[in-house]
Amino acid sequence: MRLSIRHITRYRFDEPVRGIVQSQKLWPASCDNQRILSWEVTSHGGQTGAEFTDGAGDVIRLATWRGPLTELTVEVTGEVETTDLFGVLRGHRERVPPSAYLRDTRQVEADAALKALSAVALKGMEGASALDRAHALSRAVSGAIAYKPGETKPHTTASEALSGGVGVCQDHAHALISIAHVAEMPARYVTGYLQASEDGFPHEASHAWAEIWVPELGWVGFDAANECCPDERYVRLGSGYDALDAAPIRGLVQGAAPEEHLEVEVMVNAVQSGQQQQQ
Amino acid sequence: MSATKPAIFNEMLNGEQVRSAYQNLEKWYRSMPAELRSLKQSEAEALFRRVGITFAVYGEGGDPERLIPFDMFPRVMTAEEWRKLDRGVRQRAAALNAFLADVYDRREIIRAGKIPEHLVTNNEAFEKAAIGFRPPRGVFSHIVGVDLVRTGPDQFYVLEDNCRTPSGVSYMLQNREIMMRMFPQLFMESRIRPVDGYAGLLKKTLASVAPQKCQGEPNIVILTPGHFNSAYYEHSFLADLMGVELVEGQDLFVEGDFVWMKTTEGPKKVDVIYRRIDDAFIDPLCFRPDSMLGVPGLMSVYRSGGVTICSAPGAGVADDKAIYTFVPEMIRFYLGEEPILENVPTWQCAKPDDCKYVLENLSELVVKEVHGSGGYGMLVGPKSDKSTIESFAAKIRKNPDNYIAQPTLALSACPTFVEEGIAPRHVDLRPYCLVGETIELVPGGLTRVALTEGSLVVNSSQGGGVKDTWVLAE
Amino acid sequence: MLSRTAEHLYWMARYIERAETTARLLEVGARNALLPNATGGYRNDWEAVLLAKGTLEPFVEKYTDINQRNIETWLFFDSDNPSSVYSCLSAARENARVVRTALTAPVWDAINGAFQELQQLHRTERSKLMVTDLCEWTLRACQLIRGAFTSTQLRNDGYDFSGIGTTIERADNTARLIDVKYYVLLPSVNYVGSGLDQSQWALLLQSMTAQRAFNWSYQGEVTAAKIAHLLILNHRFPRSLRACVQWYCEHLDNLAESYQTATAAQEVAHKLLDDLRAATVEEIFEEGLHEFLARFMSRNAEVATTVQEVYLSGMPA
Repeated sequence: MRLSIRHITRYRFDEPVRGIVQSQKLWPASCDNQRILSWEVTSHGGQTGAEFTDGAGDVIRLATWRGPLTELTVEVTGEVETTDLFGVLRGHRERVPPSAYLRDTRQVEADAALKALSAVALKGMEGASALDRAHALSRAVSGAIAYKPGETKPHTTASEALSGGVGVCQDHAHALISIAHVAEMPARYVTGYLQASEDGFPHEASHAWAEIWVPELGWVGFDAANECCPDERYVRLGSGYDALDAAPIRGLVQGAAPEEHLEVEVMVNAVQSGQQQQQ
Repeated sequence: MSATKPAIFNEMLNGEQVRSAYQNLEKWYRSMPAELRSLKQSEAEALFRRVGITFAVYGEGGDPERLIPFDMFPRVMTAEEWRKLDRGVRQRAAALNAFLADVYDRREIIRAGKIPEHLVTNNEAFEKAAIGFRPPRGVFSHIVGVDLVRTGPDQFYVLEDNCRTPSGVSYMLQNREIMMRMFPQLFMESRIRPVDGYAGLLKKTLASVAPQKCQGEPNIVILTPGHFNSAYYEHSFLADLMGVELVEGQDLFVEGDFVWMKTTEGPKKVDVIYRRIDDAFIDPLCFRPDSMLGVPGLMSVYRSGGVTICSAPGAGVADDKAIYTFVPEMIRFYLGEEPILENVPTWQCAKPDDCKYVLENLSELVVKEVHGSGGYGMLVGPKSDKSTIESFAAKIRKNPDNYIAQPTLALSACPTFVEEGIAPRHVDLRPYCLVGETIELVPGGLTRVALTEGSLVVNSSQGGGVKDTWVLAE
Repeated sequence: MLSRTAEHLYWMARYIERAETTARLLEVGARNALLPNATGGYRNDWEAVLLAKGTLEPFVEKYTDINQRNIETWLFFDSDNPSSVYSCLSAARENARVVRTALTAPVWDAINGAFQELQQLHRTERSKLMVTDLCEWTLRACQLIRGAFTSTQLRNDGYDFSGIGTTIERADNTARLIDVKYYVLLPSVNYVGSGLDQSQWALLLQSMTAQRAFNWSYQGEVTAAKIAHLLILNHRFPRSLRACVQWYCEHLDNLAESYQTATAAQEVAHKLLDDLRAATVEEIFEEGLHEFLARFMSRNAEVATTVQEVYLSGMPA
């Protein structure tokens, strides 16, 4: 499937700021699941700089703005040809050993409830394959946390989301990573885009899910929020321990930071064959 | 001099006989009247205070600018003893760096089954952000402090390695400076190898790892957490000796492909950062987001080759106490050599058999936290009462992975000034090995001394003192 | 040089100068207290001294009773008073400690030595300390530091930033000292310029170690006009306003030369110098001494702000 993506992030500040530094993880890597046909990231008014590919295969680039500044916009546009590989990440070039993703961070650290959720999900599955176990964990998270926007915050932890019983894709991903770690399965946070659903309702187009390491297959994606594995509607952007580590944009205001207003706009559309990319 | 227990190696005495390395010093001590000694002692203290060499002790309150007690009685190594240490420490520093370059790249030592994978990749100090990047010359740890103890004429053991930012070298240099100033005669009578080349060597080492993008003379800076840090004196002292800027995070910023420092003439590019800040704090956009000490964006510039960070982020995984056990293996694996310096036998409480042994023999052992430092969170079995041992045992049972144990070594003792004259006190030694284009160390190091009779804890944060350390010329 | 280093050097110099001024004021106050007043008792000008330092309010809050002993403590030892000798020298040393690498060993020795001695004094029983000794000690310590600085520091930009700090602070302090004498101490504005109260004039000169300078520079009787000329317009007297301004202009010119670019800082400083060169004592008295001094202090502060913006804040726009 051919997907066209437009992702705009706009920051506004109540007071002018002295400057901004951003670390951007906004470039999807080509692999068997996705072929990047075109991709462009524009940091309007900013200066781009140091760029590298990290051990997980994600391109990271620095962007800076010198103030005084009250607004800034980062715009991402591109086209990707995707293939449904049933959630299995294939042909992705990376060097981080899976065992490095057993580490807990503040947001995925398991409390008693998460440990129990993990244990219950895997009850009676001692002999089951890693893949089946991973599916069971994902189902457990889908069942335990209802999808409901606006109830949780960016810094909400997996245990907070579980005890509230509601959350968004970030919370599902955190909870799944957490209970996978409890089961000693490497798991990580993945950011990306998801094509709008059939009815045209944008279902968290700027999306996140989890990947669990399955020794026979490699990394396999699980979208507990949508109760499925990533297919051709998904574009994979980058990964990390948790939402903070994987964030497409990590930024910092220099000096005193005034009130900040963030607006994110994402459009993911299927491009019909023969239709040209609009630019 | 008070009687010494026979098991303890006295570095000055061989029975009643004064070892040849100490003969000058023994004469010096004998000929020094008590009044002169106390006069000199207060002179030394005044000198330390005047140069401002002080040490803030963690969490103890009181005078934040406390002096580390300086003992005027030097510790002496013969040329022959030093030859072995020199080779052994350099060998170790080479192996530790080879290990770091390997675990962030091909991980051959893990594939070869020499070190369990989880000890490395699941280690707190293992940085995912360092994977797949080879720093200039492949060096991760540019200053390796190796803590050594001695138990006999030829027995030296490595107690631990310090691959991040070992401190204390300023004391090595100042102790010598002050001894030379107070007792020039001593230095005329003995042939003592100088240590004052350290700063030049350090600068050369740092310059040798400048990034490829750097043209001409590299701009080197020392990055300090600030003047409230307990080691600030050392940071400024080293910056001064090397003639480089001492910067705080707020003095630096990233833009384009480089790191810049804010000067009165505008931004100036920085090529090499000798940082005295932990990994977690150096870049809030990569590590702890709440850090005010670091430079946002620094890691991006580092990984794209715009700046060198010394020690490299992630270097800490090599000096972890759980990894320590494997250093002899590293030496064999990477260098194809036999270790020149021995490790202290170590029990890993993470291993059930080891843990059982440790719990059964706590009163004989020294138990340390895997990630601890500064002498905190440790149990010295033979010096502890029953209830302390029992409560420590509970801690080990609760989290065995967090502890390792070692036998209580009969640390060597050196003559040390006490009220009534001199008496043997336990010492250790930390030489500083510099790794860049070459691997070198100056002949000497920091000798720490446990000033309390019988005590084995030499940490300055626990009331230890320091001595000038002499290496005799051939 | 690092902007932060320059900033620390600048403030180190300002605090040393400020410590010295506090000591000078304390000495003036103590001597004043020895003088009989018109009604036969002893004068009590302490309030004025505190006013001059802008610390009357916090003092009264802490001590309630304005007596000499309390004031001595407040002005010399009290760390609650930001302009006490103790506070100033501690702050100077703290600034110096941060930029140890930018100071020569003798300068650091002098600053750190002064601080150690001060702590010794702090521990000494107060009845064993004479206020004049304390003041003399301070002047000596400050002069030792500056002497070490002048004779050992490299003449680089750091030297200039420190020099700018010293002279901006000194200009401000001299203006304040004159102001307190002329405006606060005299009971009525009618006395201004009347030539009365010779002893107070002598004290003002004394507080700036200026009696001899006065005698060398002026003939005949001591008049307000002559003293005002010495302290404001005489470029030969090192504490006069004009000398201070001229001095920092030279430092700023050095910076412009070594950085090969002049800035707003040079501009405002030279404008102030030009105006002082053109001024006469008559015009000053005509405008009103207090008004003139207030205007000077605000322009001097503007120079300080501009230096801060241009050089010390790190990132010129």
